[in-house]
Amino acid sequence: MEFVDALINILNSTIRVSVPLLLACLAGLYSERAGVFDIGLEGKMLAGAFAAGAAAAVFGSAWIGLIMAVFVSVGLALVHGFASITHRGNQIVSGVAINFIAAGSTIILGQAWFQQGGRTPSLPAEDRFGAIVLPFADALRDVPIIGQLYSGLLSGHTLLAYLAFLAVPFTWWVLFRTRFGLRLRAVGENPAAVDTAGISVSWLRYRAVICTGVLTGLAGCYMALSQNAGFVKDMTAGRGYIALAALIFAKWKPVPAMFACLLFGFLDALSIRLQGRPLAVFEWLPVVVAVLVLAGLMTIARWKPLRSIIAAVLVGIAAAWLVSVFYGGLTAAFQNSVLGAPIRVPVQLMQALPYILTVILLAGFIGKAIPPRAGGVPYVKER
Amino acid sequence: MSNPYAKLPAWADYGLIPLINLIVAFIVAGLVVLLVGENPFRAAVILVEGAFGSGTGLAYTLYYATNFIFTGLAVAVAFHGGLFNIGGEGQAYIAGLGVGVVCLAFDHVLPWWLTFPIAILGAAAVGALWALIPAYLQAKRGSHIVITTIMFNFIAASAMVYMLVDVLKPRGSMAPQTRQFVEGAQLPKLGWFLSEFGLTVRPSAPLNLSFLLALLMAFFVWLLIWRTRLGYEIRTMGFSPKAARYAGISETRIIIVTMLISGALAGMMALNPIMGDQHNVSLDFVSGAGFVGIAVALMGRSHPAGIVPAAILFGMLYQGGAELAFEMPNISRDMIVIIQGLVILFAGALEHMFRPWVQAAFASLSPRTVGVAQPKGERA
Repeated sequence: MEFVDALINILNSTIRVSVPLLLACLAGLYSERAGVFDIGLEGKMLAGAFAAGAAAAVFGSAWIGLIMAVFVSVGLALVHGFASITHRGNQIVSGVAINFIAAGSTIILGQAWFQQGGRTPSLPAEDRFGAIVLPFADALRDVPIIGQLYSGLLSGHTLLAYLAFLAVPFTWWVLFRTRFGLRLRAVGENPAAVDTAGISVSWLRYRAVICTGVLTGLAGCYMALSQNAGFVKDMTAGRGYIALAALIFAKWKPVPAMFACLLFGFLDALSIRLQGRPLAVFEWLPVVVAVLVLAGLMTIARWKPLRSIIAAVLVGIAAAWLVSVFYGGLTAAFQNSVLGAPIRVPVQLMQALPYILTVILLAGFIGKAIPPRAGGVPYVKER
Repeated sequence: MSNPYAKLPAWADYGLIPLINLIVAFIVAGLVVLLVGENPFRAAVILVEGAFGSGTGLAYTLYYATNFIFTGLAVAVAFHGGLFNIGGEGQAYIAGLGVGVVCLAFDHVLPWWLTFPIAILGAAAVGALWALIPAYLQAKRGSHIVITTIMFNFIAASAMVYMLVDVLKPRGSMAPQTRQFVEGAQLPKLGWFLSEFGLTVRPSAPLNLSFLLALLMAFFVWLLIWRTRLGYEIRTMGFSPKAARYAGISETRIIIVTMLISGALAGMMALNPIMGDQHNVSLDFVSGAGFVGIAVALMGRSHPAGIVPAAILFGMLYQGGAELAFEMPNISRDMIVIIQGLVILFAGALEHMFRPWVQAAFASLSPRTVGVAQPKGERA
């Protein structure tokens, strides 16, 4: 049963670290599907986290923190929109600019307002988003496996975490089952056609960019008010870029995006757990298994979202079981063996794995990632 | 696609509009200073005085500028080829490995003037190599170079942590850095040159020989882009890939060669802090210079004659910013990051924002200078 505990533990932290990735990834999805590339996810998250931490500290309310996070993040998203939609500037350049403005101003304003070296004051539990315990979680705690999964894995996350995972089917529904979604996708593929149909390209793209702002604000808010007790300088630490990588990895589709974020989250959780201890070669097996399983799931998810969820649960349990067996059982067995001792693979490789995987994907070795066709191209109305 | 903007005289195009953009960026930065409760004008005075007020300050300013000339040129060369190399940071970081290995191998054996050229080659080769993979993927596989170079920044960071912590760190040492280089790998300082003009320069001021290398590279980049066949091909590619293809220019070759040059230039940035100042390879020695290069290239309009002053301006902000942090505790060097972001925003993404106004102003002064006047209300 130690395996199960270790397994649930690591999956639980996988979910926790995946939430901001997922929110940011879905944020990028709206924008990029509408043809506006956004490498400013990182900056918007950071600004959102700062706004959440600062507002929650000043007003003593997590909800005001949430509102401010969304407000600030949408503001930055609108700057991006103004530059890249209205003025047809280079979208990459604009995204880079937003990242820098957010990185600098959160530190400067944080220091000037709170004098704690760029942090916001540490928040008491009641000013943050608390864990939500699902019904019967305590009662089922002792039921082997299912109960443990329910109370240890599904229960006990904060509101924003549940919201993030609910946002996945919601985003799928919006994009593929509503008129707005159809138009949003169309404007990312062929804006001229949308224009001909009498729909404003700019307004549609602005709405997409606002969606991005809302979601990155939530991502930042989660980091400052759920994961941590306040804002810490540079707390996003590249997660916006990982989210971007996940978005490409998922080929701009919501359900695969979730799996990609879980995969990258898993790698992150594992490397946090290992705390810098290099892994022996055989210990990489679970990582490889997880990568293969989740990559496989993403291909399934490309066709049938519903079937993929069922498959995800089944394969996830199987793979996780494997992981835990390898992780718990074999580590001890192989500790001093020939396989275990001499060749050690550095933990940094695991930290770099999301990026390496994305590059391999982009290279077209795991299927081709084709971005929305009009992505990055400002729309010029011909007269 | 039709150009929606009427023609302006060259001096307005290359001088006035960038200047307006820059001024707006600094006004917004001034508002941030105001927001944290300090006087922006006093801040500006302290900044300029800290950067240029003393010989030592000037030496530091030029030292930082050296980094930014290299990275700015790297970004600019890629821009000319229509590529956005956002990976200067990673290329410079990993090139530290090339410099470090050369220095560790030769510093006991060779004098600095023999180590230096080998180290230049090492830095350029490793930097170019790090740019080669994204370039190849862009050219052959069509993977977006912006994304791959971002990914390579992170991969470089992880790789360098591993190398410094697990491989290059001397036994028994706690700090994740290589051993100190001895004289064979230390570049001569240039502080004496400033002293010739009657300025007092502390001997610790880090301005060194790589500044001259940076200027030389700026000249070479000008030569390459505007005076060689390859440069012409690169610019054609950047201007119109279709035209380049039609003219029989190999897209693959130009993308790869451009990125190799760009990566090599970014890589050379590693020489300045490693051989010129700290005499070891340490964690995070690039500290954002690769990204500043983007702002520098945009501000300098990708021309060496613009990049060198833009780099000096950012060197001034870096050095002056350090002084500012002493005088105004609310303002740290991170102010530079904001200014950098604002410059990228106004000089890069919003570069055309003020154009219609400038055009209107020009048209009202003398309609002939604007070329073919567009009818009112026609502008897209």
